[in-house]
Amino acid sequence: MLRAPQSRTEGGPVSGVFDFTLALGDDALIAAQRLGEWTTRAPEMEEDIALANIALDQLGAARLLLTYAGELEGAGRDEDDLAFLRDDREFRNCLLVELPNGDFGVTMAKLFFLAAWQLPLYTALAGGGDDRLAAIGAKARKESAYHLDHASLWVKRLGDGTDESHRRMQDAVDQVWPYVHELFTSDPAAPVDPATLRADFDATVAAVLDEATLTRPETRWTPGGGRDGVHTEQLSYLLAEMQVLHRAHPGASW
Amino acid sequence: MYGNDFAPPEDAPGGGLLGEVEAAEAALREAAARARRGGPGPDEDFEAYFADVIDADQKIEPRDWMPEAYRKTLIRQIAQHAHSEIIGMQPEGNWISRAPSLKRKAILLAKVQDEAGHGLYLYAAAETLGISRDELVELLLDGRQKYSSIFNYPTLTWADVGAIGWLVDGAAIVNQVPLCRCSYGPYARAMIRVCKEESFHQRQGYEILHTLAHGTGAQKAMAQDALDRWWYPSLAMFGPPDGDSTHSAQSMAWKIKRFSNDELRQRFVDMCVGQAEVLGLTIPDPGLRWNDERQAYDYTQPDYAELMRVIKGDGPCNRERMAHRQRAHADGAWVREAAVAYAAKRADRKKEKVAA
Repeated sequence: MLRAPQSRTEGGPVSGVFDFTLALGDDALIAAQRLGEWTTRAPEMEEDIALANIALDQLGAARLLLTYAGELEGAGRDEDDLAFLRDDREFRNCLLVELPNGDFGVTMAKLFFLAAWQLPLYTALAGGGDDRLAAIGAKARKESAYHLDHASLWVKRLGDGTDESHRRMQDAVDQVWPYVHELFTSDPAAPVDPATLRADFDATVAAVLDEATLTRPETRWTPGGGRDGVHTEQLSYLLAEMQVLHRAHPGASW
Repeated sequence: MYGNDFAPPEDAPGGGLLGEVEAAEAALREAAARARRGGPGPDEDFEAYFADVIDADQKIEPRDWMPEAYRKTLIRQIAQHAHSEIIGMQPEGNWISRAPSLKRKAILLAKVQDEAGHGLYLYAAAETLGISRDELVELLLDGRQKYSSIFNYPTLTWADVGAIGWLVDGAAIVNQVPLCRCSYGPYARAMIRVCKEESFHQRQGYEILHTLAHGTGAQKAMAQDALDRWWYPSLAMFGPPDGDSTHSAQSMAWKIKRFSNDELRQRFVDMCVGQAEVLGLTIPDPGLRWNDERQAYDYTQPDYAELMRVIKGDGPCNRERMAHRQRAHADGAWVREAAVAYAAKRADRKKEKVAA
């Protein structure tokens, strides 16, 4: 397997928490970056506000998680060092969040699946043994509940709206579905083993897709690699844009 | 989009213009509490009643009779203001993806989001005058109604985000604070809310420039370059000089507008000079000097011919801003249609359930 320079350390509980925290922080950061791209482009003014809200929630969680990851690592890196000075091979986010926004249906499919995973994840963290992660989870799970509610509503509206919206929403679900499996890769050393979240996720997804008159795709192709720093071609472009200004002025304060 | 109390960051918030917003709010409550005549009698002249309300500094409300020209003027002004909030999201939104720190990214996202919120309140205020938001959006997309010309200038560097906060939001709030006392109640109330939120916006812009101006040589140069490019377009935001302003006299009589373009522009210049000194940046006007007799700064007027060109559609970004809004609207059509269809299906199902 390919290993990034900042590769996973085997074993010890501290490195497990670090890898896990970094991965969740990267998920939230890249999700925020993609959602931020919608600003001024949403189908309705109210939706522009809602997407910015969700982007802000994800960004807020990313900052808490990356700050904590930097502390766990103990190498003096802060949230900005981790966000702006790592290359794509050092990012640990799942592929789902880095996928391009596509149309509004694709964005809602991505958000729906992400929130249906983040909600049970943050809920489990909130009751877990790591105090910092428990505090972050307690805050983020309320936000995730709203994200899930918002995305579910749109999946239903688009799925059970017009013929065109039904077709587009089904296409979006089909297109994004393969990327959800990576989220549940088992990691028994992590503070919450993602594999334990699958049943909750499946129940949420089934209920919403049913009501939306959409079909859950068959599972065939299950791309992954994000947690090991092996990404799609898209991430490097996303980072190039996100990091360009910060990197152009080494050592500057903003 | 805008907000400014013009206090430098080390000062406690709430002074200056923000204080005027509070005073306007108090005056609004007081006017509402004063015993108001219960509307015109059956034989009374509506026009005389309207004039009485304006003279008494009370508010015209949506239920009141108003001259058609007053209604039209307000619709035009409030709609242009709302459109400016929506189009104004673009130049700053341009830097969300590249904000140089996560904190700056969060602040900028929140700021651009506030602008969408301000657009929504203002469309709602315009709707009280008997026009729908959909109609107003169409007027913007067709180019039949305008938005503030300042947003037709590009944001070329990160410092431009700071300059927009400090100068553009600053100029806008100098314009808007007197509108908190506008004779039309819903507009006055919307302005009070908008001005309060916007003091944060001006502050964040000023803080961005302050950090840059005290940073590396390259950062300081970026800040000065932004001031050089945004200074005169910001002065032009107050509109043509008083002699050439077409709508001013009637709007003043109706107490929609309270100060002339040139009075507000002077007020803005006088506020900026000291702030630029604190920043350590130079306002690009060799003619700028204190006039002891006038107790105000003499300054060089912006290029009004350029302002007219930009208003007519030939600014650097007019085409791009309009195309962007039209594309977002067109791309979202299928989503809006789906929402309507879904709501209709739900309503039908409810009816069936009730009937069954």
